[in-house]
Amino acid sequence: MSDQSTSSPSTPDIDTLEKGQEIGSREITFSRADLIAYAAASGDHNPIHWNERFAREVGLDGVIAHGMLTMGSAVDLVSSWAGDPGAVLDYQARFTKPVPVPDAEQGGPDTPTATLRISGKIGAVDAEAGTARVDLSVELLPQEPETEDAKPQKVLAKSQAVVKLA
Amino acid sequence: MSVNTAREGHQYPPAEPYQVSREAVREFAVAVKAEHRAHYEVDAAELLGHRDLVAPPSFAVVVAQRAEAAAIEDPELGVDFSRVVHADERFSHHSPILAGDTLHAQVTVDRIRVMGAGAMVTTKVEITTPEGDLRSTVTSSLLVRADEENEEAAA
Repeated sequence: MSDQSTSSPSTPDIDTLEKGQEIGSREITFSRADLIAYAAASGDHNPIHWNERFAREVGLDGVIAHGMLTMGSAVDLVSSWAGDPGAVLDYQARFTKPVPVPDAEQGGPDTPTATLRISGKIGAVDAEAGTARVDLSVELLPQEPETEDAKPQKVLAKSQAVVKLA
Repeated sequence: MSVNTAREGHQYPPAEPYQVSREAVREFAVAVKAEHRAHYEVDAAELLGHRDLVAPPSFAVVVAQRAEAAAIEDPELGVDFSRVVHADERFSHHSPILAGDTLHAQVTVDRIRVMGAGAMVTTKVEITTPEGDLRSTVTSSLLVRADEENEEAAA
């Protein structure tokens, strides 16, 4: 480690971390344009992520986000908290529910039609290894809050990142 | 067509080496809405002690899926990609992937678990440097749903 990184004011102090401590939260939105951008950047061109008819033909209710887009965007909260994206040693998730990204009824294709709420808390601290495990909660928020029984839905399970802090 | 459990443990030839460009790191970071400056600015990455731009933690999927294709497309393994649901994913990094890296990737069918008429296929991709040092391990599980005929037979 360089001097700069150890003296970085944004690096959390592992000695003061406790299990259950919150690292923050943020909301991320997805639009159809975001799915196209992820397809291009990742090389995952599965048409269920951009073609409505194809998605329905394989039994989905419509176009869904790449699971890897959800997983990949959720971890930035951890990178920001750790102060260094290179400190993320291990990152895993299970995909429990698809994230539907319907075509916007009006506006451009970059109009968001899905909103995720991401929050993280400390799941474990290993002082000897100098690592902390962050457990992420990733929920899809209802698009129309006024509809009945609309509540956030967990879309990732066991979403955990192990971060090197010391 | 159904998944052939005898393929468990099979290792496929490595994919063509992948060269990580700054442009690819930035494009991927934008796509996953990553905000950290070390993905975009070399100065910010260097300040943290990295040689070049730091790829987001899930960038390894780009490298891994090129190797995974060998398994997915293997007729002997028998994965019907139109019936696949991504079940889980894990990245274990020995050191972060940086712009300028040349990465080799090789896939092994780690585990096949029969589930009714379908199967859970877990692949493991080892990403290594040209010197042969392990950089990252990417583990991915695909749930292969049975086709309707098999589902009926299993019911």
